[in-house]
Amino acid sequence: MENILEIKNLSVSIGDKQNGFEVVSDVSISVPKGKVIGIVGESGCGKTITALSVIKLLPDPPAKITSGEIIFKNRNLLELSDEQLRLIRGNEISMIFQEPVSSLNPVFTIGEQIGETIRTHNKINRKEERDRVIELLKLVDIPDPERRYSNYPHEMSGGMCQRVMIAMALCCNPDLLIADEPTTALDVTVEAGIIELINNLRNEIGMSVILITHDFGIISEIADEIYVMYAGRIVENAKNELLFNNPKHPYTIGLLNSIPDLNDIKNKYLKMIPGNIPSPQNYPKGCRFNDRCEMMIDKCKRSVPLLEKVENEHESACFRSGEINL
Amino acid sequence: MNESTGYWRGVWTEYKRDKLSVLAMFLIFSLFLVAVFDDLLAGKKPIIMKYQNNIYSPAVFNHKKLIGMDFSDQDEIKDISSFVIFPPVKYSATENDLFSVLSPPDKNHYFGTDDRGRDVLSRMIHGTKISLSIGFVAVGIAFIIGITLGGIAGYYGGRTDFVISRLFEIMITFPVFFLILTILAFRDPSIYNIMIVLGATGWTGIARLIRGDFLKIRNYDYITAQRALGANDIRIMFVHILPNALAPVLVAATFGIAGAILTESALSFLGFGVPPPTPSWGDVLSQSKKYIDFAWWLVIFPGLAIFLTVTSFNLVGEGFRNALDPKLRGR
Repeated sequence: MENILEIKNLSVSIGDKQNGFEVVSDVSISVPKGKVIGIVGESGCGKTITALSVIKLLPDPPAKITSGEIIFKNRNLLELSDEQLRLIRGNEISMIFQEPVSSLNPVFTIGEQIGETIRTHNKINRKEERDRVIELLKLVDIPDPERRYSNYPHEMSGGMCQRVMIAMALCCNPDLLIADEPTTALDVTVEAGIIELINNLRNEIGMSVILITHDFGIISEIADEIYVMYAGRIVENAKNELLFNNPKHPYTIGLLNSIPDLNDIKNKYLKMIPGNIPSPQNYPKGCRFNDRCEMMIDKCKRSVPLLEKVENEHESACFRSGEINL
Repeated sequence: MNESTGYWRGVWTEYKRDKLSVLAMFLIFSLFLVAVFDDLLAGKKPIIMKYQNNIYSPAVFNHKKLIGMDFSDQDEIKDISSFVIFPPVKYSATENDLFSVLSPPDKNHYFGTDDRGRDVLSRMIHGTKISLSIGFVAVGIAFIIGITLGGIAGYYGGRTDFVISRLFEIMITFPVFFLILTILAFRDPSIYNIMIVLGATGWTGIARLIRGDFLKIRNYDYITAQRALGANDIRIMFVHILPNALAPVLVAATFGIAGAILTESALSFLGFGVPPPTPSWGDVLSQSKKYIDFAWWLVIFPGLAIFLTVTSFNLVGEGFRNALDPKLRGR
């Protein structure tokens, strides 16, 4: 399978040389054509930073990509000029964000905003533009698109705004959609609709998707391949079913265990991973998960475990992966 | 579903609640009409005249056929034309009339005459155009400089911001009025030079407001989203950030217009203003210096006009500020 995007050994630091710290370390992700890649992890573990690096939207300063390559269609995005990147953004790679309502400019109608993005990348007259916008609004299941065209963002619900954002992201038929927690700010019922929409669009248009979330429910529904991140590193990656059926990293196991089980009424408390995610200034030496890990051994404090193949299409970064068997 | 109400319509609804501001806006609108139609309101040339079976409007156009016609004697014009309408104020703003020097207001000269016999009302009507256009053009220049510099400083931040911000601060430390006097002392005091000088010295307030808002708005989600969708810097700055940052600047601009009119009057009063015989309110006022002990009409009328206009612009600015700031609403 051909990879549309390959992130190779990406590291990102925040701050200057003296008191800077690394927030993303040595992350490699490959996105095959037409597949949905899920990135999961707790808040603050570097998911969004990784995603923003792909289209170089990191706030620089203070954030800086210190090493790595991002290969998109045989071009290293990190070496492109700003103008070349601008032509890729929105056209070949699109992104949707966590807060749909604040991601739309309050002073323009949604029709104008979608139309503007179309105009940025295509030569098109006003009439065609309007038709295309309405077609897109239909595509993302917004009822009564002709009237919604002239609505302002504050007149629409969060779910509707996220649909508008998706319509904007899709207006140039991108090859890759980066969805950064697209449903976090939405109701659960709306969430299902959005996820279904992304899934349908993927099948119809054939684009690849990077889906960032902390919700295993969403990931299990649509992701083909899952990357689990912890403290700026990828700790496990596997095909969807493999990860859920046979997790090989203590952190993944902890995350999966902390999903509440409806059938388990005897247990009054949620299972959780003890402790908090360490802040990037003082990540522990060795394996960054060692202070919260139940399976910690001396070696974990001394050296960093690398991602290693545990079975076909399954990698884990733990010295004791072999012993884990659920 | 209701018709979509945009931001500005909401602001207008809120603005209308303050009756004094609405009145002030009405007054400014009337002044605009006066400024635009000054030739129809005051002057020696007829608005419409029928002469040798042709209809002419010498007040508005320079008709070729009428070149050489002397409009100074209105009785003669009446004699040669079959039909004629003169402006309500039948005196030119610039023509001297030594037979009626310093005459107090009467049925011929409603606002009296100055020391060269020029009709004060006519001079004030023509001065409206000068004073208002100085106010608007000066603030327009300040607006363009302020938005460009403030926008660049706020949007790019960092070192660019540092350099431009120091420039603001240097500008602010100058006592502006004396700077203007100094510049005008070296340049001929034409109306355009006054506009440029007032504009080039009055942009700091606007620039600082714009910079602050750009600094804030550039980090908003919808700007990141626009960048992710491939919008370029110019587009983000002027299409996406500017409309969201414009409201407080428009308030500052209305105050700026009032300030520019006032400064122009002060300059004219000191003799640095528009060159004579061009009429402006400050110029009429400065005529009164020598005769202030008895010629009250030379003081009261232009003074009142300046006062009312400046107050109106300030009231409009205040009305908009209240309407734009949700915290001040409903008081």
